[in-house]
Amino acid sequence: MSVTTEGMKAKELLAYYQAKADQDARDAKARGDLVCWSASVAPPEFCVTMGIAMVYPETHAAGIGAKKGALDMLEVADRKGYSIDCCSYGRVNMGYMELLKEQAITGKTPEVLANSPAAKVPLPDLVITCNNICNTLLKWYENLAVELDIPCIVIDVPFNHTMPIPEYAKSYIADQFRNAISQLEVICGRPFDYKKFQEVREQTQRSVYQWNRIAKMSHYKPSPLNCFDLFNYMALIVACRSLDYAEITFKKFADELEENLKAGVYAFKGAEKTRVTWEGIAVWPYLGHTFKSLKALGTIMTGSAYPGLWDLSYDAHDESLHSMAEAYTRIYINTCLENKVNVLLNIVNNGQCDGIVYHLNRSCKLMSFLNVETAEIIKEKTGLPYVQFDGDQTDPRNFAPAQFDTRVQALAEMMEANMAE
Amino acid sequence: MYTMGIDVGSASSKVVILEDGKRIVAAEVVQVGTGSSGPQRALEMAYKTSGLTREDMAAVVATGYGRFAFEDADKQISEISCHAKGIFYLVPTARTIIDIGGQDAKAIRLDSKGGVKQFFMNDKCAAGTGRFLDVMARVLETTVDKLAECDEKAEEAVPISSTCTVFAESEVISQLSKGVDRNSIIKGVHQSVASKACGLAFRGGLEDDVVMTGGVARNAGVVRAVARELKRNVIVAPQPQTTGALGAALFAYEEAKKMKKEGLE
Ligand SMILES: Nc1ncnc2c1ncn2[C@@H]1O[C@H](COP(=O)(O)OP(=O)(O)OP(=O)(O)O)[C@@H](O)[C@H]1O
Ligand code: SF4
Ligand SMILES: [Mg+2]
Repeated sequence: MSVTTEGMKAKELLAYYQAKADQDARDAKARGDLVCWSASVAPPEFCVTMGIAMVYPETHAAGIGAKKGALDMLEVADRKGYSIDCCSYGRVNMGYMELLKEQAITGKTPEVLANSPAAKVPLPDLVITCNNICNTLLKWYENLAVELDIPCIVIDVPFNHTMPIPEYAKSYIADQFRNAISQLEVICGRPFDYKKFQEVREQTQRSVYQWNRIAKMSHYKPSPLNCFDLFNYMALIVACRSLDYAEITFKKFADELEENLKAGVYAFKGAEKTRVTWEGIAVWPYLGHTFKSLKALGTIMTGSAYPGLWDLSYDAHDESLHSMAEAYTRIYINTCLENKVNVLLNIVNNGQCDGIVYHLNRSCKLMSFLNVETAEIIKEKTGLPYVQFDGDQTDPRNFAPAQFDTRVQALAEMMEANMAE
Repeated sequence: MYTMGIDVGSASSKVVILEDGKRIVAAEVVQVGTGSSGPQRALEMAYKTSGLTREDMAAVVATGYGRFAFEDADKQISEISCHAKGIFYLVPTARTIIDIGGQDAKAIRLDSKGGVKQFFMNDKCAAGTGRFLDVMARVLETTVDKLAECDEKAEEAVPISSTCTVFAESEVISQLSKGVDRNSIIKGVHQSVASKACGLAFRGGLEDDVVMTGGVARNAGVVRAVARELKRNVIVAPQPQTTGALGAALFAYEEAKKMKKEGLE
């Protein structure tokens, strides 16, 4: 691609680099280089060091969901026997993989695939997964590896039942990292490049630094940032955090937000009336609906757990890898209820929120089951009203717009009543 | 001054016309809800009863699932706030509301000023709602308005263990074919609805007085089952099906006063 990125706005950079990441993967495949499918919070540092092109099935599935193409993929997975109780990211991806596989075997593109709005990504030569956000990702990636007969790298990250994270956990995870490195040396047939590894880690830290700058912007009242935007921008912190794609885009976005703040340009056109934290994944097939419903109520999202989820700050020069291990295990959904509550409380406070919306996501059990309890505790600590709604991130059959609307409207009314007092 | 509240629900349409935010001059129910001729018919009935027209209404507030489909309103307010408003007006001692309608069951906690402290609603499932009872009434060859009578004659409650409406339906059918007493099955069905609704109420933390509202509150069998389950006295709101519309009419009154004040300034 000989496009110049100079003068591009953050939004354009986002679209450009998202497309470029997919193109990189297709080019790698065409050259006969390795392509890896990766879990969203698995460390990409090792593969990127080895020059492997990365594809992120969760982000890919989210994109398919947002473009209203999820049902077709889900049906393929249904027919393969995946229960509708399984995570819909996994099912969308399994469906997509099946279609790619059929295409590779028969040389013909299945009609569903040809008509799908899905971004085109190539089949993987290896997969890497990590259970620091859920254990579904283990079975899902194992299945990918078995179905495609390719290697599967697993980074096992134990759940943190207590905080702070014990030293032995960090040392265990650092060993997992070293194990992944030796697996990669075998897969690639050449030694791991530690010098490049150093650079990749530094790059990752620069991306994370810029990402964290964005997160701080929703603190201001009125806010220059609607956290709904993070649902879009997160694609790059997931898929390109070890490349400069993420750093460049986030720096631009953070700069824009800072300029807007100075110029008095805010995210909510018209005055924001109430501010909420959204806990949970977006409802991708209804992203526009959920956004508009809140907007119509004068409600802006100034709290989101996403920034923190990828706040993978660590010491890039720590050769014991304990610091990096710590970053990849302290993800709030991999920690005890008490810590989860504290993390969310900080988000609510940082966003100066008046209420909280919890997505009880049929797909994501770990996040959702804890949320019932989390909500009660946060309500006790802050007194802020909250609502929970049933939904699913990419299975449109598990979300009812009217039910969502009733709940968030009632929340807005409760928030306004509190403010009137 | 007259104001109107219209509650376009999933199962029924309700209209209340208020005089000066106090006297109910019309309260009408049509047993079909959003997307049907129900809202229009309920409106016409209310105008006929009161002898008033749309022009006489200082403000109109719509609530319920079909609130956005009803175009002739000045404002839309969620049914949670409207039920709270209506009930608090009728029963100022109310602190816990259980509303069971056609597709929703909800528990609402009120503070001492009638404000909504918290609410819980059923998830995307017909279990424990009016729809569940409608389906059961059909297999039991009766109508919802006769269920309470049968319940009263029952010697025991036959437990219905399935939550899923379809599974519960076949459970009822199999009990019937085993020759189990029909009234006892009905009592069991009521028990099942009550336990779901009470689950929501317990989550919000119970506080007296507990008031039931919504169409299902007209079924004394369910009310008795709720009282047994909660182990406390349960008050049924007067004309329980129209409390949401009443709340909307009360909000319309506040709205009208506000509009008048703004107009004068
Ligand atoms: N006369 C009656 N006796 C007993 N039950 C009744 C009677 N009339 C209606 N119901 C019950 O009330 C239910 C409808 O309740 P309601 O009118 O409150 O629903 P809605 O407000 O339209 O629904 P929702 O609030 O869920 O959208 C019916 O499904 C039926 O089971
Ligand atoms: S279960 Fe949740 S955390 Fe796991 S892959 Fe699905 S959405 Fe992600
Ligand atoms: Mg109702």
